[in-house]
Amino acid sequence: MRLSRLGYTFGLFKEYIANYAKVKLTYRADFWVEVVSDLLFSLTNLLFIFIVFQHTPTLGDWSESEVVFVYGYFMIAQGVFSAFTNLWNFGDRYIIKGEMDRVLTRPAHSLAQVMLENVDPPSLVSSLVGLGIMGTAWAKLGLAFDWYDPFVLIVMVLGSVLIYTGIYITLAAISFYSDAPTGIIPLMYNIQSYGRYPVQIYNRGIRFLLTWVLPFAFVGVYPAMFFLEAHRNVFMAWMTPVVGLIAAGIGLGVWNRGVKRYRGAGS
Amino acid sequence: MNAAYFEFVRIRFLTMLAYRVNYYSGIIVYAINIGAYYFLWKAIYGDAGSLAGFTVEQMTTYVAVSWMARAFYFNNLDREISNEIRDGSVAVQMTRPINYLMVKMMQGFGEGVFRLLLFMVPGMILATLLFHVTLPSDPVRWIVFFVMIWFSFLINTQLNILTGLFAFFVENNEGLMRMKRVLVDLLSGVIVPIAFFPAWGRAVMDWLPFQAITYLPSSVFTGRTSGTETWHALLIQVVWFAVLVVPIVLMWRSARRRLFVQGG
Repeated sequence: MRLSRLGYTFGLFKEYIANYAKVKLTYRADFWVEVVSDLLFSLTNLLFIFIVFQHTPTLGDWSESEVVFVYGYFMIAQGVFSAFTNLWNFGDRYIIKGEMDRVLTRPAHSLAQVMLENVDPPSLVSSLVGLGIMGTAWAKLGLAFDWYDPFVLIVMVLGSVLIYTGIYITLAAISFYSDAPTGIIPLMYNIQSYGRYPVQIYNRGIRFLLTWVLPFAFVGVYPAMFFLEAHRNVFMAWMTPVVGLIAAGIGLGVWNRGVKRYRGAGS
Repeated sequence: MNAAYFEFVRIRFLTMLAYRVNYYSGIIVYAINIGAYYFLWKAIYGDAGSLAGFTVEQMTTYVAVSWMARAFYFNNLDREISNEIRDGSVAVQMTRPINYLMVKMMQGFGEGVFRLLLFMVPGMILATLLFHVTLPSDPVRWIVFFVMIWFSFLINTQLNILTGLFAFFVENNEGLMRMKRVLVDLLSGVIVPIAFFPAWGRAVMDWLPFQAITYLPSSVFTGRTSGTETWHALLIQVVWFAVLVVPIVLMWRSARRRLFVQGG
């Protein structure tokens, strides 16, 4: 029963993607504009790293290639996350404007529908670029390459994506309980961007916050520490999928409870 | 007539005051940004006494004052203008006996004044207490700084208006607005002072308006720029302000001629 349900959701996923492609092919310019502006954003972050390392050989005890490596990993996870979880205006569109009512009359799981309605495949381009950046840094650092590394990378990226997804689902689900927490999502977005640098450079308070409270450091430095020989920390690296499952579990739980509470926007 | 424009400043100020949640979360966002960049720069400096002519203290002051100035000059006029163009309400605005772009600028100013008083001043006090921020002792420097961030506001707003007006000419200027935002943050010197750029980068920056938004006023505030150089920096801002008026007027004129509102 459960499996057939997953198969059903997956089938829906194909339909939504096909529909997305149809819409986007009508506005081809938009697609490229979005890809280019995503890449420009990453480029400025990379430029920052390059500029800084013109003035200092190391950041804490992290070399330029190591910092770039972490950033490449961050881009991969961030790209996959933005492609599938696009809940920025959930409260506005689904709760205040009442589209949630429409979603709830349909048989598929409400969260799956909301996420599928907002898929954003262009973000995957920056994942590919991130992979390229990480690969370049990998070669530059002369890191060993084992047969299991690609598989570990996939598991790590999945874990990181689950962390982001879990946190943002939780935030989106707050809209079920209170009205318009518009300020919180940009706030998160700001905090999240600090995971892209090695957290070891921050003071203890911020490090604790980014590791155990809002675990954004698992979308960047910790999983990368599996591959970086000079900073290898296998335990923290393998915590990534664990924290990912916990975050996703919390997100799903808050969402399901929220949906039960949901009474509609009235009128 | 001027009283009408002033009214827009006042109304926007009061509107901002009404959305208190955004205000509190805004304070936290700025505190986080300043804090994170503070630690980042501390790590970058390591044991080095000065980099690119900035001492650690100057850098701390630079980071704090740049983010605070950003609170003042930042606004979303590009998005507001392009939304009003796309939903057609700009047509109604055009029939009014006031200049649409001036109204927008005044609204942006209301927002800026709100953040200056309720954001920048308490934020700067807090930053001075938490980090090693050195405030200038010379009153002239303070006055010049405030004149300069007024021009920062004008130039940044002009760029926003230009970006917003593109909605008249293209179907979707979403990407353009995002690019502008990223470019302004990087090239204006909020994230990294222009002095850190490689020589060719600085040469390019000299010919772009972005440095006038953050780098020049913050350099004056930290005392890196002093004496006649200060007046030179101010002059660059004035020139950019004057230069940017031209494309805005041209665009606004041709936009009015080609405006057609979809639907209705």
